[in-house]
Amino acid sequence: MPQLSMRDAINQALHQEMARDPRVIVLGEDVSGGAGGSSNEREASGGIFGVTKGLLPKFGAGRVLDTPISESAIVGAAAGAALAGLRPVAELMFADFVGVCMDQIYNQIAKFRYMFGGKSTCPVVIRMAMGAGMNMGAQHSQSIYALLTSVPGLKVVVPSNAYDAKGLMIQAIRDDDPVMFFEHKALYPRKSEVPEEAYTVNFGEANVLREGDDATVVALGRMVVFAEKALDGLAAEGIKCDLIDPRTTSPLDRRTILQSVENTGRLIVVDESPPRCSVASDIAAMVASEGFESLQAPVELVTTPHAPVPFSPGLERSYVPGPQKIADAIRRSLKGRR
Amino acid sequence: MSFTSERLRHVYRQMKTIREFEERLHTEIATGEIPGFTHLYAGQEAVAVGVCEPLTDADYIASTHRGHGHCIAKGCDLTGMMKEIYGRRDGLCKGKGGSMHIADFEKGMLGANAIVGGGPPLAVGAALACRQRGDGTVSVAFGGDGSCNQGTVFEAMNLAVVLKVPAIFVFENNGYSEHTGVSYAVGSKDIAGRARAFGMPAETVDGSDFFAVNEGMRRAIAHAREQGGPAAIEAITTRFYGHFEGDPQRYRAKDEVARHRETMDCLKRFRARMAKDGPLSGAELDAIDQVVVAEVDTAVKAAKASPLPTEADLTTDVYVRY
Ligand SMILES: Cc1ncc(C[n+]2csc(CCOP(=O)(O)OP(=O)(O)O)c2C)c(N)n1
Ligand SMILES: [Mg+2]
Repeated sequence: MPQLSMRDAINQALHQEMARDPRVIVLGEDVSGGAGGSSNEREASGGIFGVTKGLLPKFGAGRVLDTPISESAIVGAAAGAALAGLRPVAELMFADFVGVCMDQIYNQIAKFRYMFGGKSTCPVVIRMAMGAGMNMGAQHSQSIYALLTSVPGLKVVVPSNAYDAKGLMIQAIRDDDPVMFFEHKALYPRKSEVPEEAYTVNFGEANVLREGDDATVVALGRMVVFAEKALDGLAAEGIKCDLIDPRTTSPLDRRTILQSVENTGRLIVVDESPPRCSVASDIAAMVASEGFESLQAPVELVTTPHAPVPFSPGLERSYVPGPQKIADAIRRSLKGRR
Repeated sequence: MSFTSERLRHVYRQMKTIREFEERLHTEIATGEIPGFTHLYAGQEAVAVGVCEPLTDADYIASTHRGHGHCIAKGCDLTGMMKEIYGRRDGLCKGKGGSMHIADFEKGMLGANAIVGGGPPLAVGAALACRQRGDGTVSVAFGGDGSCNQGTVFEAMNLAVVLKVPAIFVFENNGYSEHTGVSYAVGSKDIAGRARAFGMPAETVDGSDFFAVNEGMRRAIAHAREQGGPAAIEAITTRFYGHFEGDPQRYRAKDEVARHRETMDCLKRFRARMAKDGPLSGAELDAIDQVVVAEVDTAVKAAKASPLPTEADLTTDVYVRY
């Protein structure tokens, strides 16, 4: 099977869905780039992370739309086009820019289906790059999926690898509901096996990457990679854990998590975001209220500090929950084990 | 406006300092030692310096992601800036901000801003404070051509007109927002015209000519003080490097930068003007160049030698700790 980076896997998903369904359009800042440039290069960019490369030459400027810097209008127009029968994939470039267009996401897109009594669907996908690790500072490094997970009416996807990213993107485009699609920048170059043909990964179905009876580790996005590293290290100490990647935070696969904790009795949640009102605290609360009898130790939350993302590389590294912090949390959870 | 020789030396020195700072960064970034994304201001120096020349520390500016030039023109400490860009603990923002977030409140510098269109509303608020104080100070919102497509900028312009505050919107039209040309992205192709439509005077100036920018700025300040309302300037300029360092610039004709370096270089233009009309001699300007090169070199060395933040710094400067 071919090895693809997460960048290329999402790119392939976009290509395949645009070829399959003429209603799919892509819009955003520099999704092709070069418009109005002095070189007259047709596709001078293909997205600043290269995720939308090749779409313009293939599908033309009628379906691949470079936009001015106008996030409210980009997201709002994508939503309006979705209400009117298209299937837009809008790119926000950086997830931080959700701040600029929050009304369109929060008061518009998220509300339509329910507020209009089930009469409308809004099949829009908002793609955005998230995450720390590239020294891009406080306004270009946040992982704000918890913010959108808290909003009824949105589906929220946080892939951790190329295979899932492709299947989840195809599912997102085919889904009749609005999907917020978070792509961790540090994962873009990471490769895994990705089938050539189109396939979907269902929302609300967690991926169990590893199995073990000692503890349950739940991690999202880049934190899955770090959790795997931590577990590699702990294997030498004879510690084996379930590693669960929920893949979507809304809907959330509660059953897989609860069943695992029922078996292990211990829960460690790793989340690249500040601790308050986070996906980590949400999962901890869920297990505390629905799986209390299973718990044999306090739930360990491995998150960033309650602070914005710092710029300086060393600071940023210690901000992000790394393999060491995850391993420490697992050991703490196992301390005093009978 | 006639300037003293001393003032002209200051103006040239500032423009040269910005150029040298950015060109030095261009070479230092290539070594991989500077973290993150850096947007160089080289090519646009006459705008920052032309706009900030009449301002004092009591006036405000709100800057952009391409903010080094604005910082230098507003009087930020070079070494403090360089340390910040290197992510050092004694940088202007303790290494927490970086190139895109340099701020210095003692200098009236309200911060570089990595959100396009984030600054203008802030500048309007600072202009409101200027108006309340009634001391004739003004507040400048810097923005690129791309920023003029952002709703926040529209709202800020209208609010400034409605509240009659001394805000000056400076749009640096360098032809591109990232990889997209202004002729595509700005529907009307006329940014000054947009500002005018909001009900403020606006003019388009030659952004490679310090004197043209400065005169436009002086008219804008006079308007703000006398009429008590905002004004706008669209400065036509160019950037000598990519959008950020590492940008292959495939959207640009191969010879565009070389041509612009010939015709739109504010330092060359300033020198030509001095050669023609005086009062500064070429030798005097050469001497300034030497001082500036040494000063930037000192800043780089100081930055490389200064300490990095420690893990304890992660949770300082927050309101609440958990
Ligand atoms: C809200 C927001 N959208 C998009 C970006 C990404 N971005 C950074 S700079 C830039 C282009 C800005 O163009 P312009 O305003 O002309 O300034 P210039 O870079 O030319 O100085 C873009 C799109 C951003 N930082 N913030
Ligand atoms: Mg520009």
